Amino acid sequence: MATIDTPGRAAPPVVIDAEEARRERSRRLERTGRWLLPLIIMAAAIWFWDRICVWNEIPRYILPRPGVVLNTLIEDAGLLFSSLLVTLRITLLSLALAVFGGVGLSVLFTQSRWIEMSLFPFAIVLQVTPIVAIFPLINIYVDDQTTKLLLCAWIVAFFPILSNTTLGLNSVDRNLIDYFRLNGATRWQTLWHLRLPAAMPYFLGGLKIAGGLALIGAVVAEFVAGTAGQSSGLASRIIEAGYRLNAPRLFAALILISLTGIVIFLTLSWISHLVLHRWHESALKQEQ
Amino acid sequence: MPPATHPLLILHAIGKTFASGVTALDRVNLTVNEGDFMSLLGPSGCGKSTALRIIAGLSQPTSGVVDWRGAPLKQNDIGFVFQEPTLLPWASVYDNVWLPLRLRGVSRAEAAPQIADVLERVHLTGFEKAVPRELSGGMKMRVSIARGLVTRPRILLMDEPFAALDEITRFKLNNDLLDLWAERGFTVIFVTHSVFESVFLSNRVTVMAARPGRVFDEVAVDAPYPRNKSFRTSPEYAALCRKTSDVLVGAINATAQDLEAETYGDH
Repeated sequence: MATIDTPGRAAPPVVIDAEEARRERSRRLERTGRWLLPLIIMAAAIWFWDRICVWNEIPRYILPRPGVVLNTLIEDAGLLFSSLLVTLRITLLSLALAVFGGVGLSVLFTQSRWIEMSLFPFAIVLQVTPIVAIFPLINIYVDDQTTKLLLCAWIVAFFPILSNTTLGLNSVDRNLIDYFRLNGATRWQTLWHLRLPAAMPYFLGGLKIAGGLALIGAVVAEFVAGTAGQSSGLASRIIEAGYRLNAPRLFAALILISLTGIVIFLTLSWISHLVLHRWHESALKQEQ
Repeated sequence: MPPATHPLLILHAIGKTFASGVTALDRVNLTVNEGDFMSLLGPSGCGKSTALRIIAGLSQPTSGVVDWRGAPLKQNDIGFVFQEPTLLPWASVYDNVWLPLRLRGVSRAEAAPQIADVLERVHLTGFEKAVPRELSGGMKMRVSIARGLVTRPRILLMDEPFAALDEITRFKLNNDLLDLWAERGFTVIFVTHSVFESVFLSNRVTVMAARPGRVFDEVAVDAPYPRNKSFRTSPEYAALCRKTSDVLVGAINATAQDLEAETYGDH
């Protein structure tokens, strides 16, 4: 009875032919190469950057050497990291709001085609209009600086979550929907036990995009609002450093923003893996 | 197990016309007796699945009446097994079988004895924690059958459940399904393309013709149960298959004549 598909694994050491050996070797090489190659290229790029500065005697207020940037990152750590926290706070808050708004709206959409047909175009309008162009309006109508930035970042971030989750909620196996109907499931039960879990991969895909967009939204919003003064996120630091020709700090702030984006992406990818790996990706590790 | 003779369900002149104008079913009359294992056999497009959906209440007939002989249909009365296993891919075997009970408000712990029992009957004890992607096609179908039976339905509707399986697995599942049917005494309506499968399993084969879908004829399969491997190779089985096959050819020809030579494509 136990006819289970267990794609070849956990095999005892066996004699393999030359072709298999070659395949295994290239697989191992690829695994190392996947992280080693980008590191080597990155190191080479930094070295090249340093050399350009030296060879061309470029002054540090135009293009600082990588070492100088690193020093600035350490020396200005207090200033830069407190700014990072400001930007990060806006990013994460707007991402959270995007999740609430995006998922909430998409659930509303799946409750009624009419609501979806009526409201979806508005979501698209919000998405396709460049946020920089909307911001002056927000600036007029909203007083509170944090609210301004949040609203701005939210508009940028919520769309991928909305559109992906809507797609996911509507992509449920028709037979499963029939099965729920047959068993007298309520609308809420169908949503909770069927539609939401089925939409999870789509939602998480949207979340990964939205994480990056929330950061972009937060930085852009701060750029546009930056002149207002009291905000002190990383974008304001960049503008400030630009005015003062403090290129090392500008680079340091830029690197911090990049790293933040990478960390956000990796974290969301990891969450996605945790949630999905058992049923949605190739992972057949636990059973027997 | 000798089938009882009092009717559980009668279809009176069921018709179904889709909005596109296609007539899926035309005046279908069918009586299903308590304890029957009835197969609906016919070519593609003969409305077997539509008939099943109407019986399940998933689809409304355009005309005619589905008569449950006065016994008001309760939710627990119908089990349904689709052509695909149609499981929740994120849920374990246990949770998949729990699903119909869960939707009726039975807690995970309360459901445990029933789930353990039904999983044992489909030979899946020990696989409770596996998720569908870790199972073979046959095992997934077993989960689907367990899910269909866990509520102890009076009638199990099966829509070509084994069509996608390899022959060895299908034979095994055929045997196990017959064992379950004999033990539990529910009624089965089994939609299939396969003459051999319908004859092996059922006590009655209703042959349908296509365009419009209608009942063409019925073949009584009066071989005794339990049926096993020796039945599968017996002359009796071969003769019944030939008889059923002849009726099916008649049904297909009837369709072809209706349409003046449209070819029948088997899937």
